[in-house]
Amino acid sequence: MIHHIVAVAVGGFFGAISRFGISNLLRAKYPSGFPVATLCINVVGSFLLGLIIGAGLGDSWKLLLGTGFMGAFTTFSTFKLESIQLQMNRYWKVMISYLVISYTAGIILAFVGMKLGQFFRS
Amino acid sequence: MIYFLVGIAGIVGALLRYFLGIYFNQWWYHDFPLATFITNMAGSMALGWLTAFLPRYKFIHPYLLTALGTGLIGAFTTFSTFSVETVQLIMDAKWGTACVYILFSVVGGLLFSWLGYRLGKAEERRWNKG
Repeated sequence: MIHHIVAVAVGGFFGAISRFGISNLLRAKYPSGFPVATLCINVVGSFLLGLIIGAGLGDSWKLLLGTGFMGAFTTFSTFKLESIQLQMNRYWKVMISYLVISYTAGIILAFVGMKLGQFFRS
Repeated sequence: MIYFLVGIAGIVGALLRYFLGIYFNQWWYHDFPLATFITNMAGSMALGWLTAFLPRYKFIHPYLLTALGTGLIGAFTTFSTFSVETVQLIMDAKWGTACVYILFSVVGGLLFSWLGYRLGKAEERRWNKG
């Protein structure tokens, strides 16, 4: 039990830091009205979690890399807040495309990740 | 320093999500991924509220706001688990549940985020009057 908690905690620590770092980097490099940073993080994270689940890793690895790292790396709350802020500034088209691209790419990439992961199944 | 704070807050967020998941697993046996859904809705509302309301307290250090919003709530909610759960529902041919999950997440997330933001702003206005 305790090593499961440690696994989630360590994963959460590095997942949150990675999101913060990558998002600062992308925002500085590609300043735009479109939330590129969160979009990239969420779709890449969906793909990687798909890989982890598809590969059928053991419990501890799944908790460290999946629940901990990828869970903390990707974010739903920021995604929704950014959408609402776009809506309040009346950037309707940007908001709709942000929603559509996030959900479509997230689900498709998670599927591709799971299928690819099955090749690594031992 | 700020990176370290975001990381520590990320630990709290990830653990809260983990424990909530364990708790839901004990009594929720339906296909609908209720634990992730509740986590994401609650987090969206909390982040909206926090963003609208907390910056008025000048004594709260901006680092703390980033740690709470980006670190804690950001790590608490998750998009990757949502995507994978949706794919698993589709692979099990549970199309109805998958559609409901996507639809509720799209609409519910926007609604709770908006609600949290509005509540935060309303509270701020009350504050300014009083």
